[in-house]
Amino acid sequence: MYKHILLASDGSENAVRAAKEAVKLASYDKESIIDVIYVIDYEKSKTDVLHANSSEAIDVERRKKNSKVIQFLQEENANFKTTILRGKPGPEIVRYANDQEVDIIVIGSRGLNTLQEMVLGSVSHKVMKRAHCPALIVK
Amino acid sequence: MQNLKQQWFSNIRADILSGIVVALALIPEAIAFSIIAGVDPMVGLYTSFIIAVVISFAGGRPGMISAATGAMALLMVPLVKDYGLDYLLAATILTGIIQLIFGICKVAKVMKFVPNAVMIGFVNALAILIFTAQLEHFIGISTMTYVFVGITLILLYTLPRFIKVIPAPLIAIVALTSIAIFSGVNLKTVGDLGTITQTFPSFFIPDVPWSFETLQIILPYSLSMAIVGLLETLLTSQIVDDMTGTESNKNGEARGQGIANFITGFFGGMAGCAMIGQSVINVKSGGRGRLSTFIAGIFLMFLIIVLGDLVVQIPMPVLVGIMIMVSIGTFDWSSFKYLMKAPRTDALVMLATVVIVVYTHDLSKGVLAGVLLSAIFFVIKISTVKISNKGNRYSIHGQLFFASIDGFVNYFKKADIQSEKIQIDFSGSRIWDDSGVGAVLKVVELLKTKGIQVELIELDTSSKKIMDKLNGVLSSH
Repeated sequence: MYKHILLASDGSENAVRAAKEAVKLASYDKESIIDVIYVIDYEKSKTDVLHANSSEAIDVERRKKNSKVIQFLQEENANFKTTILRGKPGPEIVRYANDQEVDIIVIGSRGLNTLQEMVLGSVSHKVMKRAHCPALIVK
Repeated sequence: MQNLKQQWFSNIRADILSGIVVALALIPEAIAFSIIAGVDPMVGLYTSFIIAVVISFAGGRPGMISAATGAMALLMVPLVKDYGLDYLLAATILTGIIQLIFGICKVAKVMKFVPNAVMIGFVNALAILIFTAQLEHFIGISTMTYVFVGITLILLYTLPRFIKVIPAPLIAIVALTSIAIFSGVNLKTVGDLGTITQTFPSFFIPDVPWSFETLQIILPYSLSMAIVGLLETLLTSQIVDDMTGTESNKNGEARGQGIANFITGFFGGMAGCAMIGQSVINVKSGGRGRLSTFIAGIFLMFLIIVLGDLVVQIPMPVLVGIMIMVSIGTFDWSSFKYLMKAPRTDALVMLATVVIVVYTHDLSKGVLAGVLLSAIFFVIKISTVKISNKGNRYSIHGQLFFASIDGFVNYFKKADIQSEKIQIDFSGSRIWDDSGVGAVLKVVELLKTKGIQVELIELDTSSKKIMDKLNGVLSSH
């Protein structure tokens, strides 16, 4: 079954829903590991630096943002690790998935409407199109 | 910290490409900031070339882009207006010397004391000033001017959706300049505001009397520019650190800025500093090493030599459109949320910084006022002592030192205590100095005269130490 499960997380409720599915997938194989990917968006660097007193404070803020997903995985006793990437979320997730040859990507969908998707771009859609492995998009 | 070879040559291909992208994006800004400062576009272009090349060797943050900037240009306006270019060059050299000294004195540590409320105010004020500086170039000139500014803005915000390799400002410039030339519409061009010379910058000593009088004129400007330049530079380096997940040498960067400005002044350039927007573009385009900054400078010079004739034909409305985008990108849009959510004093400091800068047109004054104001708020906050009472226990919350003891003593002067024995709980407090000890003893004695016995509890180790030390001195009388 899936040994290396990539869980793309932005820390939101959607990501927690995706985490639930990732745990289900992981339950089929004792050796499987959930790799929680959190991408630090280039676009947010300036704001984060401006609003934090130090790089340590930024780090704490980001950990807090991802804490719901981590907490859930801990409660479920899942075998997981976290990886922090930097860049544009969509392409970074795809690059990591292809480089590491993960077995499956699990990602939450923000549920944008057509207009929002045109303006903001759908990360999950991009990931699904460009990754070389199966992707599970969780609504 | 990587070694020098890694800092230069570990990312060659991406560094060269991103350097080229940055050079293209630098041209309109270098020209626009020259116009803001009131000097020839050549001054800003030379500046950007020299600073970028020098800082690629001398800087402490590989991958960061430094050049002619809006923050610095805004500071030098009155100097250029009243005394001319040569005084600006002299002031630039002095700015470099001051920054070099600051860097040697480890200025980065001092910069940590600038609170983020002030930094947010700084970028917002900068954005507002860059925007208002554009108004005279498009308000009330002609209908076509408005049309061109509008089209430029539309292109700038829609093109990146479809074309990712070439920077949108460049496409907008090329497309709209050709349209303007071929359609023959009457628009002001960069050439109307100055000349472009297709030559390399040359070394010369600014033509000013090297006297005490000159120093008096340029020193205030140099000092402001040194501070503002380092402030924006250190902010930018933090952003680049964060984007790349690496660390950098902040004091080394300060020294490098000094060296770069010092040299620039001798080549007819104006003082500059690190640029947030360009550095972000560089990192996003894959630039990581010193090579990217170096290539940005070199390629910029190459473009001036090759394309100088065309640059003067760029219509001003296109440049204005690009600068409006720059100001929108500079503004911290999460400030509105910050105003609602941040502590009231922080919000006030941020607003005060913006208002003072916009009113005085001087970023250094706003920063200074912001730092002072937040220092005052900090002192007020730290010198406030609160006391809560539960039964016979009086709990002290806050620091006891010379500035805070009045509130503490007054509370017990006025307090209506019925019992004969009370406890004062210091678990939420600390005694810092003689005044603090004196205040505690005063309260103990005061209550004794009223027939109330006081027990001091939960003193932390250092408070106990200072109490014991002074108690010994006092009781030996």
